[in-house]
Amino acid sequence: MDIPYTVEVRRDTGLNNGKIGIWLFLASEVMLFGALFASYILIRTGAHSWPRGDTILNVPLATFNTIVLISSSVTMVMAWASLMRHRFGTFRLYMGGTILLGFVFLVVKYFEYGHKFHDGLFPSTNNFLAIYFTLTGLHMLHVFGGMCVNAYFWGPGSKLWKTNPEWFTNRVENSGLFWHFVDLVWIFLFPTLYLL
Amino acid sequence: MSQPGTVVTPKPHVAHEAHHEELGFWRKYVFSTDHKVIGIQYAITGLLFLLFGFSLMMLMRWQLAYPGAALPLLGRILGEARMPGGTMLPDFYNELGAMHGTIMVFMGVVPLAVGGFGNFVLPLQIGAPDMAFPRINMASYQFFVLGGVTMLASFLVPGGAAQSGWTSYTPLAVLAGTGQTMWIIGMIFLITSSLLGAINFITTTIQLRAKGLSFMRFPFFVWAQFVTAFLLLLAFPPLEAAAVMQLMDRVAGTSFFLPSGLVVSGQALTVAGGGNPLLWQHLFWFLAHPEVYVLILPAMGIVAEIIANNTRKPLWGYRSMVYSLVFLGFMSFIVWAHHMFMTGMGTAMAAFFQTTTMIISIPSVVILTALIISLWGGSIRFNTPMLFALAFLPMFGIGGLTGLPLGLNVTDIPLHDTYYVIAHFHYVVAPGTIFGLFAGIYYWYPKATGRRMNETLGKIHFVGSLVCMNVIFMPMFIMGMAGVSRRLFDGGASYAFAQPVLHWNVVSSWGAWIMALFQIPFIFNFFWSIWKGEKVGANPWEATTIEWSAPSPPPHGNFVAVPEAHRGPYEYSAPGAPKDFVPQFEAQ
Repeated sequence: MDIPYTVEVRRDTGLNNGKIGIWLFLASEVMLFGALFASYILIRTGAHSWPRGDTILNVPLATFNTIVLISSSVTMVMAWASLMRHRFGTFRLYMGGTILLGFVFLVVKYFEYGHKFHDGLFPSTNNFLAIYFTLTGLHMLHVFGGMCVNAYFWGPGSKLWKTNPEWFTNRVENSGLFWHFVDLVWIFLFPTLYLL
Repeated sequence: MSQPGTVVTPKPHVAHEAHHEELGFWRKYVFSTDHKVIGIQYAITGLLFLLFGFSLMMLMRWQLAYPGAALPLLGRILGEARMPGGTMLPDFYNELGAMHGTIMVFMGVVPLAVGGFGNFVLPLQIGAPDMAFPRINMASYQFFVLGGVTMLASFLVPGGAAQSGWTSYTPLAVLAGTGQTMWIIGMIFLITSSLLGAINFITTTIQLRAKGLSFMRFPFFVWAQFVTAFLLLLAFPPLEAAAVMQLMDRVAGTSFFLPSGLVVSGQALTVAGGGNPLLWQHLFWFLAHPEVYVLILPAMGIVAEIIANNTRKPLWGYRSMVYSLVFLGFMSFIVWAHHMFMTGMGTAMAAFFQTTTMIISIPSVVILTALIISLWGGSIRFNTPMLFALAFLPMFGIGGLTGLPLGLNVTDIPLHDTYYVIAHFHYVVAPGTIFGLFAGIYYWYPKATGRRMNETLGKIHFVGSLVCMNVIFMPMFIMGMAGVSRRLFDGGASYAFAQPVLHWNVVSSWGAWIMALFQIPFIFNFFWSIWKGEKVGANPWEATTIEWSAPSPPPHGNFVAVPEAHRGPYEYSAPGAPKDFVPQFEAQ
């Protein structure tokens, strides 16, 4: 049995099911990260002293990572745009690029974390590091999740392109929306944790 | 995104499946993507958890009625670590208390009300063939089971299950044993489950409604589920954030919820400190107050359907009810701190939250009043679903009105954390919501099975439950106003001021145990009617909403012909019509 409006848009709402679903999911994600940011504010305003981010964290590395993640958002859009133009080959290239850039982000983060641990800085050291590791850790999980979805569409999931290209394009667009959200979270995390 | 020029062709094997829907046992009953099967799975699992949660409470009631007395037989089964010689240990009592709350709220009522009724009824009522995302729907149930199993398994870890109350207040919960970690992990599964469900419900309601079914033609139940889904979607993530932070506190040694200079059992804790225990309370109640409406709204929806059907009248003030519902959903996000008047918040904050709390009582009263006025002048059919629905009104009324003193800062101070609070919210949820859910089970059972449940057994179940519910909870108002605190291991026996009201503990306990006996007719009826109940057609209650146009039980894909809505949901006793009901789905 087929579910209506999986691919085609419903006329009176102007949307297909997946588009509504992904936006609802992102709304709940906003609430998740929103709660963590609110906790950050509450704990910081209640603290006697709070270190400036750049005295503990590595700003150049994070700046590099910001550029990496923004570039990955660009390649993500290009991947989707390639599908819109029916160029599956370029899609693969851009999607591969997106996954690779996500991977670079995680590797940089791995070195950042490793360096902190090496210096004896752990989540338990103080509440600045606690919120730093919690927020960036959760964000990394999101990056990893997005990479898994993108890898699926790059690999086995792309079989759908042959049978139902429009559906596949929609799916890539939705995973792109998630990827941009993950990027956006980092855009908030970077100044909050590293610069303020 | 729309792409002109591409033709949508269903995948060949999908079309193949639609013809041959003979799936194997596992695909049909266990790993099903059919919303009806998932709904029934949710409902039965939810009912089992309700029974289990109720059993935990019956054990606690023994300790409260007869503190320190050895419980024959059962005590031996539960073992030396929990009940040595049949006498309950305080730690075990705390486990029972925390897990009773957690199980009833997150694994009993919500899965039955939202997962069960929402999944089964909502797509049928809007004329949809299934949920918008059937596989996500299946995943939602699987996460729920995973969460449930984690919670159950926590009883078996060393030190037992969570003991810090269903609220898991910090810093107590951070310092508690392994069971608390299991509780957090279980909650994360349950949150994931309800997130997936909520996305599905909202998308389905917006996208898959039948032709002609505009929002103001929705049955009230659909509205109730729709608003509930938004609450689940937006209120649960902050608790997830809080759960992650508590997990970090417990596992990674952070101090999100641990203040500086905390001394436990005479020893200073060696943690970084600087955390804020109240942060947990804020994040918890940011979920848990909307959660109250997640518990009550689906029941209101069910009751509205049944009242319209059995008074043979349209609902009085349908539009006001819908607007109230939406307003209620919105307001439920800005009342949470009325649970925290005792935390030393400033008067400005307290004034704000008590004002919003008073405001939120208005839409609840509007809905309840509209339902009561709907009864006026109707020729009421007193069948079992209707009896439960009728009992919902005063029971929820008592629960709601006794909440007002708790919402006002001044009167909350003496009543806070007493048995009065327990009585108040149990009146809302137990004889309120759970009666609504029972009503729904009796009402939609014929749709799910093609057979009606036995009326006589249903009435025995109803009368017994109604009397016992009041015997259990009414005394708690008296005890609470006498000042007896909740969560006491001996039910207040060690306090001199509690002595004059202690005998009510015994009354309450016997009420609970006798109520268990009155659930036996229901359990028997539930199974017996599957095979022996009176066979019925598609529309046994002569109802107007779209689910009754599908065969009973509906096949895979639900409807024989694509349904269409031609009018509002409750066209009962319309003047000039040949019958006393004009279904939404009939073109006439």
